[in-house]
Amino acid sequence: MAAKSNLRNMALSLTLVCLVCSGLLGVVYVMTAEPIRKAEEAKVAASIARVLPSFEAQPEQESISVDGLDYTYYKVPGAGYAIISTVGGFGGPLSLMVGIDEGGLIVNTVVLSHSETPGLGAKCATELSFIDQFKGWDPAAKRLVVRKDGGDVDAITASTITSRAYTKAIANAVDVYSKLTENE
Amino acid sequence: MSKLGLITKGFLKENPTFVLVLGMCPTLATTTSAMNGLEMGLATMFVLILSNIVISLIAPVVPDKVHIPVYIVVIATFVTLLQLLMQAYTPEVYETLGLFIPLIVVNCIVLGRAEAFASKNSVGDSAMDGIGIGLGFTLTLTVIGIVREVLGSGSVFGWKFIAGDGILAFVMAPGAFLVLGYLMVLFNKLAKR
Amino acid sequence: MEFLLIIVSAIFVNNIVLAQFLGVCPFMGVSNKLSTATGMSGAVCFVITLATVVTYLINKFFLVPLGLTFLQTIAFILVIAALVQMVEIVLKKISPSLYQALGIFLPLITTNCAVLGVAINVVTKEFTFGDAAHMLNLGEATVYALATSLGYGLAMILFAGLREQLSRNNVPEAFKGLPIAFITVGIMAMAFLGFSGIV
Repeated sequence: MAAKSNLRNMALSLTLVCLVCSGLLGVVYVMTAEPIRKAEEAKVAASIARVLPSFEAQPEQESISVDGLDYTYYKVPGAGYAIISTVGGFGGPLSLMVGIDEGGLIVNTVVLSHSETPGLGAKCATELSFIDQFKGWDPAAKRLVVRKDGGDVDAITASTITSRAYTKAIANAVDVYSKLTENE
Repeated sequence: MSKLGLITKGFLKENPTFVLVLGMCPTLATTTSAMNGLEMGLATMFVLILSNIVISLIAPVVPDKVHIPVYIVVIATFVTLLQLLMQAYTPEVYETLGLFIPLIVVNCIVLGRAEAFASKNSVGDSAMDGIGIGLGFTLTLTVIGIVREVLGSGSVFGWKFIAGDGILAFVMAPGAFLVLGYLMVLFNKLAKR
Repeated sequence: MEFLLIIVSAIFVNNIVLAQFLGVCPFMGVSNKLSTATGMSGAVCFVITLATVVTYLINKFFLVPLGLTFLQTIAFILVIAALVQMVEIVLKKISPSLYQALGIFLPLITTNCAVLGVAINVVTKEFTFGDAAHMLNLGEATVYALATSLGYGLAMILFAGLREQLSRNNVPEAFKGLPIAFITVGIMAMAFLGFSGIV
């Protein structure tokens, strides 16, 4: 059964446990640091590969501030930009990666994270008829606003707010793109 | 109790969900699909077994008055270990289960078994206890996950057998409480026999 | 305006028990009687708000600069455990009457996953209130924690009221106790779903 407590052995055992545990965690942290970094890189690379045509080198992560918001983006020489754009959706943040080629056309979009309602707004990550309409979209020719609000985007049935947020995220990414390219 | 008994008691007699009613938060939150339930169960089992083993080893020398903080540090260490390993090797699972991985620390099942069993029994028995309760928890979470996935998405383990949507409420928050409630009723009925 | 959005969102839309499933064990455990439910709600409010502020500061000025964010879980749970102990001691000295009301609930709160859950959420998740997604600053984090715990109290007190009614009714044998309680919470959660999308 448990040992009798006095101040000395209480302090000693707590210190010892904390030391051993943090030592162990330190070792594991160092061991897993490399795989964790690789896993994160692989995830980013996989998303970029989906939103931009072929690229080779691991693109550099950069960031820019537009209208007071910070955006992370990846510049891929010869292919275009992959811009991460986050807006408020129906259930919480909706984060997209938007690929825009050097001519200013949207190549593709992919949902990085969302907290939309399962079976309704969550379809924005899976419903191809919705996602694919943005492929090759020319922001100069067609308006990035859902039809209900007088634009050209077909919303997901029964999920207007999510569709609006998705469209807004893309429109923000387009703004970031024009800011990035205006000085070229 | 026999070694086999230690392992099988988690399924019925000391089922952590239906009998002990512990660890409700992950049970409700992560069972939106069978796969998620299974993964959450396995993650909890990992921590449960390791913390049971270590705590049964150190319990005789830990002073009585600080045993709870010491146990919590041990459990938190294994949870952090699990977090790091999952981030490195199963990043997608880690993202799906999200907050509920760090919250294994405050899962009453883990501290409860440390207090009620591991601190008073041998290393071998404590490991068995961890496996048994862990398996019981995993099984229950998987069953709840299956029920919610079948009703809510019309699929099992991602295999779709009904085209289109299921009854969405079962994937959302209310469905979690309802399914758990009705499964408890069923469990009580069967246990009475 | 933003604070108002945080409050509405945390209390109703993303109610901590009914939508986020945090703190379910004590929610079920002490909601038998309205009076204990009120006491527990008060204690939880106090501890969640205090713990969130303290862990937020520790994270910002200690863990992040030192590159030790992987120790978040272990550091936060220790801080919460110490905090609960301290609150208990201080309360006993300063206000014995308040201690009488909340005291017995305090030890239970360390393992209430709502406390750790809110603390971790605040420092790791991006929130959107209105348009832009961002990490919370200290002021927002405090308001968020307070509102979230008020949501906990609201759900708990409403549920305790329902349960007191329920105990006087004739419920089928197999449903007695927790099963019918879970089903009731399910129906409550369904009602709260009606709030979704307003923020």
